[in-house]
Amino acid sequence: MLQTPTKTVQPLVSLSGVGVRRQGRWLVRGVEFSIAPGEIVTLIGPNGSGKSTTAKTAIGVLKADEGRVERKAGLKVGYVPQKLAVDWTMPLTVDRLMTLTSSLKGAEIDAALEATGIRHLARAEVQHLSGGEFQRALLARAIARKPDLLVLDEPVQGVDFSGEIALYDLIKTIRNTTGCGILLISHDLHVVMAETDTVICLNGHVCCRGTPDIVSQSPEYQRLFGARGGQTLAFYNHNHDHTHLPDGRVLHADGSITDDCRPNDGHHGDILPTGGRAGPMRLGLGSGHVHGPNCGCGHDAAPRSEDSKGARRDA
Amino acid sequence: MLDDFFMRALVAGVGLALTAGPLGCFVVWRRMAYFGDTMAHSALLGVALSLLMGFNLLLSVFIVAATVSILLLLLQKRGTLSTDALLGILSHATLAIGLVMVSFMTWVRIDLVGFLFGDILAVSRADVDLVWGGGILVTFAIIWMWRPLIASTVNPELAEAEGMEPEKTRLIFMLLMALVIAIAMKIVGILLITSLLIIPAATARRFSTSPEIMAVLASVIGALAVIGGLFGSLKFDTPSGPSIVVAALGLFILSLLTKPRTSGVDSSTASQGGQA
Repeated sequence: MLQTPTKTVQPLVSLSGVGVRRQGRWLVRGVEFSIAPGEIVTLIGPNGSGKSTTAKTAIGVLKADEGRVERKAGLKVGYVPQKLAVDWTMPLTVDRLMTLTSSLKGAEIDAALEATGIRHLARAEVQHLSGGEFQRALLARAIARKPDLLVLDEPVQGVDFSGEIALYDLIKTIRNTTGCGILLISHDLHVVMAETDTVICLNGHVCCRGTPDIVSQSPEYQRLFGARGGQTLAFYNHNHDHTHLPDGRVLHADGSITDDCRPNDGHHGDILPTGGRAGPMRLGLGSGHVHGPNCGCGHDAAPRSEDSKGARRDA
Repeated sequence: MLDDFFMRALVAGVGLALTAGPLGCFVVWRRMAYFGDTMAHSALLGVALSLLMGFNLLLSVFIVAATVSILLLLLQKRGTLSTDALLGILSHATLAIGLVMVSFMTWVRIDLVGFLFGDILAVSRADVDLVWGGGILVTFAIIWMWRPLIASTVNPELAEAEGMEPEKTRLIFMLLMALVIAIAMKIVGILLITSLLIIPAATARRFSTSPEIMAVLASVIGALAVIGGLFGSLKFDTPSGPSIVVAALGLFILSLLTKPRTSGVDSSTASQGGQA
């Protein structure tokens, strides 16, 4: 880890009690976190849990309907959106894509393309790139403008496993060399980037947060991910004190059922400070932790389809 | 030189084509062809209002086209009907209301065909000035906001995240389009304006390796279509507006027969989705 965010460093962005509502429904509510320079925050959660909404709210693309979002004055953001389809009618080479939102020197473009390993594709049209190449091009574009905060919405989608490890290594290098803060959205519920400082599990609200477990020591995971993968990837152990029912309501550990779930609604024993790190506070199956059939968090023992890697820590 | 009606038509037509090139590229990239049609159809309502109230024709057409585009933005935000259906309603409703209003005004005799299909051979010296003055204004505005325009065309959220204002860009773009439609009405007519925006841009795509090249090429191809169409109309005694469009179509078909510069720009890549 490069550094631990401390209270003295002004955060690049901080969210407190943030909620976003669309057509009378809260997409997310009660979101609290902040990102300091050099810090990597990973958002995980099932589909539709508000990960992208939260990230967009953090960088001002969406307005918060409640709560406060504070951004450092003059914050420079580099953004890799989850979906980006360039209409085939627009002739756009990788080179031209680099200068989409800011003008750059040729050397800066080359350096970014070199870093992401696609310099040979500089003259290729973006519509002809494979999914993985296009993700690299988007990442190159975002880093070429030297942002203070890099927001990556599922940057490893469409990238094969070794490519995923290479991209995470690259993200680590970017953080270490530029010291920018990184907000990463992961499509995987359990496997996150090992360098992540804070993992936040969302499902309409912050379900739990903590640090990932580095797995490089365990021979089992060494075998699963390979020696390099073991250093780059990490497991995140979910730590939930409530269950999401099929109708969207929330069943708390104390047996009560509410329409939504917020940090200070009185159903949670432990309220974590903003941006803080939760120590491992595991609730076993026998300690009031109830798993619903549609509990999207996938932290029960039965294998679930979300586990794309098929790897898990046995409960 | 501008004393000759044919020369005036040429100069005005070429001026319009040069302006329409870059604008047409954005219409194609943003998949706004039907939107352009809707704005153009609403021009007839502008004509009717201008005759009824005695307003300036150009101003009245511009205001109606701009109002329709803002109305569409508001209706889109409510999200009850698809953009497609909304455009269909607005497009034909404004055209129909315009036609009904004109028929009520028995005291004015207007050349409806002239408005629908244009009357480029009747452009006055003042019209030529208007086309070039308006054209230069629109072109400078597009150059001035080129980067935000391109960025928000590729992805509005990305543009906004990185400090641009895609909503504002979109609004200015729509106003520029309303202005070009108001200017173009006299030259190619309400029903054919969008073709002058789209066909040259579509033709330019196959020969372009960057958005900038495509914008310039679209202007050049549009100008060639105007020149070809006008000479054709003179030679074969055909209506000038439709002749220009036919010439543009001819260039487009020619472009399909040539080998594309970039390899693999074929129908297999056409399935990529786009952002409006």
